[in-house]
Amino acid sequence: MKVLSELKQKLIELLREDARYTPELLATMLGASEEEVKTAIQELEQEHIIVKYATVVNSSKLDDEKVTALIEVQITPERGRGFDSIAERVYLYPQVKSVYLMSGAYDLLVEVEGRNLKDVASFVSQKLSTLESVLSTKTHFILKKYKQDGVIFEDHEEDHRLMISP
Amino acid sequence: MIVNSDNKTDRTEEKKSMLDYLAPQVRQIQPSGIRKFFDLVSGNKDIITLGVGEPDFVTPWHVREACVYSLERGFTRYTSNSGTPELREAIAQYLYDNFSVAYEPKDEILVTVGGSEAIDLALRALISPGDEILIPEPSYITYSPITTISGGVPVGIETFAKDQFKLQAEQLEAAITPKSKVLVLSYPSNPTGGIMTYEDWLPIAKIVEKHDLIVISDEIYAELTYLGKHVSFASVPGMRDRTILVSGFSKAFAMTGWRMGYVCGHPDLISAMLKIHQYTIMCAPAMGQVAALEALTNGMEEKDRMVDSYNQRRRLVVQGFRDIGLECHEPQGAFYAFPSIQLTGLSSDEFAQRLLREAKVAAVPGDVFGLGGEGYLRCSYATSVSQLNEAIHRIGEFVRKLG
Repeated sequence: MKVLSELKQKLIELLREDARYTPELLATMLGASEEEVKTAIQELEQEHIIVKYATVVNSSKLDDEKVTALIEVQITPERGRGFDSIAERVYLYPQVKSVYLMSGAYDLLVEVEGRNLKDVASFVSQKLSTLESVLSTKTHFILKKYKQDGVIFEDHEEDHRLMISP
Repeated sequence: MIVNSDNKTDRTEEKKSMLDYLAPQVRQIQPSGIRKFFDLVSGNKDIITLGVGEPDFVTPWHVREACVYSLERGFTRYTSNSGTPELREAIAQYLYDNFSVAYEPKDEILVTVGGSEAIDLALRALISPGDEILIPEPSYITYSPITTISGGVPVGIETFAKDQFKLQAEQLEAAITPKSKVLVLSYPSNPTGGIMTYEDWLPIAKIVEKHDLIVISDEIYAELTYLGKHVSFASVPGMRDRTILVSGFSKAFAMTGWRMGYVCGHPDLISAMLKIHQYTIMCAPAMGQVAALEALTNGMEEKDRMVDSYNQRRRLVVQGFRDIGLECHEPQGAFYAFPSIQLTGLSSDEFAQRLLREAKVAAVPGDVFGLGGEGYLRCSYATSVSQLNEAIHRIGEFVRKLG
């Protein structure tokens, strides 16, 4: 873990807001030079602190029937390697979107995306629960996403301010 | 023949207009130039507006939620005239921690309906007919009309871009007459974004003392400073008891619609203002006071985040105006840029009206803010980055076509 410079912290904040902000714009907004900003971003990328510039999509507006499930997985950790090796065996599947090691009643929280309900069900029954160290799984299908990565999907917060005010 | 005497009476009095019933000091004040511009803008579509004098953030959720909860609990009654003790305590602590000014919650702090009421109370409490009220300009539009209504005489003191719109001691001194009684200070400044540092205040304080002036210091934008912390005039040695400190929650905590403000000062002055307040207002809204207390108790992190965001946009617009060839002094507070449009040869009013019609950007012409405002445009940067970029682009095109 390293302590980031203030510039880098601010860059991460702004790029999280909008990854399309140009180095020129970022430099102006942060009172830095364009060179400094470019170098800082490059370093953040090289250090794998910034790992990807992705797009947040409200998939409920898309005409596809993909389903997402959150699966609670209880496992027996492997001697000497803890949870990591089993987590790896899970996250290498492309349909697995995220994997978290959790405190509490279960060990791994796995986010799986599938073409449909059957698709996810077969992944769980054939791939996930058959792994040797998996003790149990509990599958929760996501019915609706209200907010993701800080973005509220059905946010109709318009600007209600008067056009001109003192 | 039946004569309808009612009609006859009406006819004989036809020449008396309803306006003649008005008090002359009210009749003589003009509606604000902002109002005129508001009427021009409203109804127009596809306009980007830089004319808004309030944050673009909605009041933080925890503040709104605290108010909702208080309503559910039935907190709907009058509070003490001067505001709830808890809120006054919190204000005292906040002012002490952040601006090193100490006020006794019991009799030196009064919670008001926005900073606006506080300004009204302070001016009314101090002015007797004929008193001269010194107002550095360009300034927020309220001080001069309220002075007139109270029978005082507003005396503008022009400030200049070359001085970053700071009040200069010589200019203050030159404006003082035996009738001068009150100096109104409003820094960080709406509309210029100018601020006053501790060093800037010292010579002003000397003159205030020498001429025995009372100061109304409107510090509503105190939290919105970008190069160093705001210095309250009340914190300048010897100035505390001569200063009526006005502030509020609107700008710092994005709470404009709540109308929550406060005024602090010597107990004799506050109790005089409290008299007016209790007869006219009774007390500030109870639910707003709950929200304000929540903002002071748990709102600092969110406030800092908002200030940070204004600062980023401030740099963006100042650079933007300079890039399109408009001179723009660096505003160090509030959320306004005040670029000069003098090179276009147009008056502020012409420029703003044509900009609205031809480029679909609304901004407030500088002349509505009094002396020194002509030749400038007030542009609020409390608007999204994409809107700001588009607005600057449009203004650039507009200026280029003026050639």
